[in-house]
Amino acid sequence: MPTDVERWKDEVYGNEIRDHLMEFAEEGWDSIPEDEEDAWFERFKWWGLYHQRAGQESYFMMRIGTPNGVIEPGQLRVVGEIAKEYATGPVENPEFGEAYCDWTTRQSIQLHWIKLEDVPEIFEKLEDNGLSTQQACGDSWRNIVGCPVAGKDKQELVDAWPIARDLHDTFKGDEDHTNLPRKWKVSVTGCTEGCGQGDINDLALEPARKEIDGETVTGFNVRVGGGLSRKEPRLARDIDVFVRPDNADEVAGGLSALFREHGDRENRYNARIKFLVDEWGVEKIRRVLQEDFVDFDLHTAGEDLRDEYTYNTGSQDGHNDHVGVHEQADGNYYVGLNVLVGRMGAEDTLELADLAAEYGSGEVRLTQRQNIIVTDVPEENLDALLDEPLLEDYSPDPSPFMRGSIACTGTEFCSLSIVETKNRQVRYARWLKDNVELPADHEEFHIHLSGCTASCAQPQIADVSLRGMKTRKDGDPVEAFDIGLGGGLGEDPRFADWIEMRVAADEVPGAIANLIADFETEREAGETFREFVEARDEDELGELLDPEETDYEDPYMHNTKKTWYPYADDDNMDDSPAPTDGQGEPLPADD
Amino acid sequence: MLVRGDAYTNEAPEGPPMTTAVRILDDGAWISVDDERVVSVSELWQLADHDVCGCETADFLIEGFVDVDAAGPAVLVRAAGQCVTCGESAVSGWLPVGRIVGPDRRFASLATGHVRTPRA
Repeated sequence: MPTDVERWKDEVYGNEIRDHLMEFAEEGWDSIPEDEEDAWFERFKWWGLYHQRAGQESYFMMRIGTPNGVIEPGQLRVVGEIAKEYATGPVENPEFGEAYCDWTTRQSIQLHWIKLEDVPEIFEKLEDNGLSTQQACGDSWRNIVGCPVAGKDKQELVDAWPIARDLHDTFKGDEDHTNLPRKWKVSVTGCTEGCGQGDINDLALEPARKEIDGETVTGFNVRVGGGLSRKEPRLARDIDVFVRPDNADEVAGGLSALFREHGDRENRYNARIKFLVDEWGVEKIRRVLQEDFVDFDLHTAGEDLRDEYTYNTGSQDGHNDHVGVHEQADGNYYVGLNVLVGRMGAEDTLELADLAAEYGSGEVRLTQRQNIIVTDVPEENLDALLDEPLLEDYSPDPSPFMRGSIACTGTEFCSLSIVETKNRQVRYARWLKDNVELPADHEEFHIHLSGCTASCAQPQIADVSLRGMKTRKDGDPVEAFDIGLGGGLGEDPRFADWIEMRVAADEVPGAIANLIADFETEREAGETFREFVEARDEDELGELLDPEETDYEDPYMHNTKKTWYPYADDDNMDDSPAPTDGQGEPLPADD
Repeated sequence: MLVRGDAYTNEAPEGPPMTTAVRILDDGAWISVDDERVVSVSELWQLADHDVCGCETADFLIEGFVDVDAAGPAVLVRAAGQCVTCGESAVSGWLPVGRIVGPDRRFASLATGHVRTPRA
């Protein structure tokens, strides 16, 4: 039996949602019939609008999809202006101020506290500048990710940016692919370092070479069915297909259509293609793709470059991320700036837009580690850019703990999260920076903090994985984390092993400090942290992870989900001003 | 037995049948009753006479709702979660979350501290 979501999608979905959205926006929040709210909020996701959690009714998160994280010259200013004008909530965030942009792990942009009534103006401004929220959420093609310096990188087999752009242009708004059983996450990578994180996507195109008719052709091998959500992480599986760049849209579209026809529409928990790959196996996926969804003979897989991958491998060699100053293939430079937990104030965003225009081409790019890259900086401009005061806060040479921190949205806005995340991770990173020394040969150390099992912060592929939990401390329920160790990507990707469960949030920094101290003293010469973890069993690692209170103080130990906003002075649900009208004034209660 | 996302038709004492729409939203984050988000994940529920773990009273963290149903005035859910005392993960049996009450058919939620027993 189809779910309600499928029924709602059958009635209205895809591009046509926009007309209704605009009508509701024109008439105001109150115009959405109460008995249709669930249906419309589900549909609005397709246009990038996600209703915020309880206590924040009438406010939306807005996601802007920027394929491959490319923000073209002029667009960052537009995003900053929109954030400043429209993304201001009733109460300031104590770490980030009153308006800010989130750079996400899928190279997208998220704004919060968006009012429905402002959507038409925001859409107009975005679209006038080549930006869109279309399909940023919902059951269809999501933002396409890849190596953020595609087309500029010196370590590149194929320039994947034109292919990602083409897939974006082809499948955004394509009626044949607008209503899939579930989200469809695609990664396209041409670099030799594995920056596209293809292994954790529904569909991954990864660089490869193939001898065809006596000629060596560069293109992509195809993997299908990766993903981290729930407690069912999967690595994308090799379906033994090589695709030329000019056939990429046919194969990607064929797989999307296969998913559309054969994905599970009766159980949303079983809907992602990773479960279809589990059920069918890769041979059947390939066979059905060939027989029913493409009209040319598929090539078998080519020679991949996975043994060259360095990204997020913990190897401390090559690129583990894109922070720092790096030469581009054209002789210019890109400067990767660390944005702690991916959140940048609106004023800082506007300032960075000016710096990118002054010192580079005006283009910036978002990474899958929630950071931002200023591209196309001529060598003669580097020193001046690096001397800019803004780069003291968004450093190209940060502490490993600042550099390696990723956090999802958390209970500040998200319905699913169990714990507060971003502000807490900021406090963790600062405490670790001030109190813990990594071995001198470790410049990178990844700590990913996710508020729940949805895994938006990709916790399973970090050195230290934190997943939101609860526990009791002195009898009282407090926010907590499961702690995992040893995850990462590369030639042999590995999900973290969950070692210590239900650690009270205020004991996590102490646990990490104790672990790193033991790593320093017990490691073999030259052994990386990932190797150190791999060499030990769970019991040994559990001994090393010794949670304890320190002078770290955590202001979010209480149940932040029970507040209307965790940082409000009066944070009880009853103190919420929501829902509000288009001017942000509280609307009268229904009864 | 109704499955997730279906509307439940609840017989009123007089007049035509009244419909209570119960569904799970946002990837299992919410229970919606008549298009109002009424129960959220992340709460700790005390479970007695249950089968999620060996604890006499489970201290069960609700991580995601799996099924929702209405049985008469009672709204019941099955939830994926974990007992934070022993660490056992499980999908619970049918647990009460509240009732439809009064002539205006308002949803009254059980208090968080209420000890819940799965329905057969």
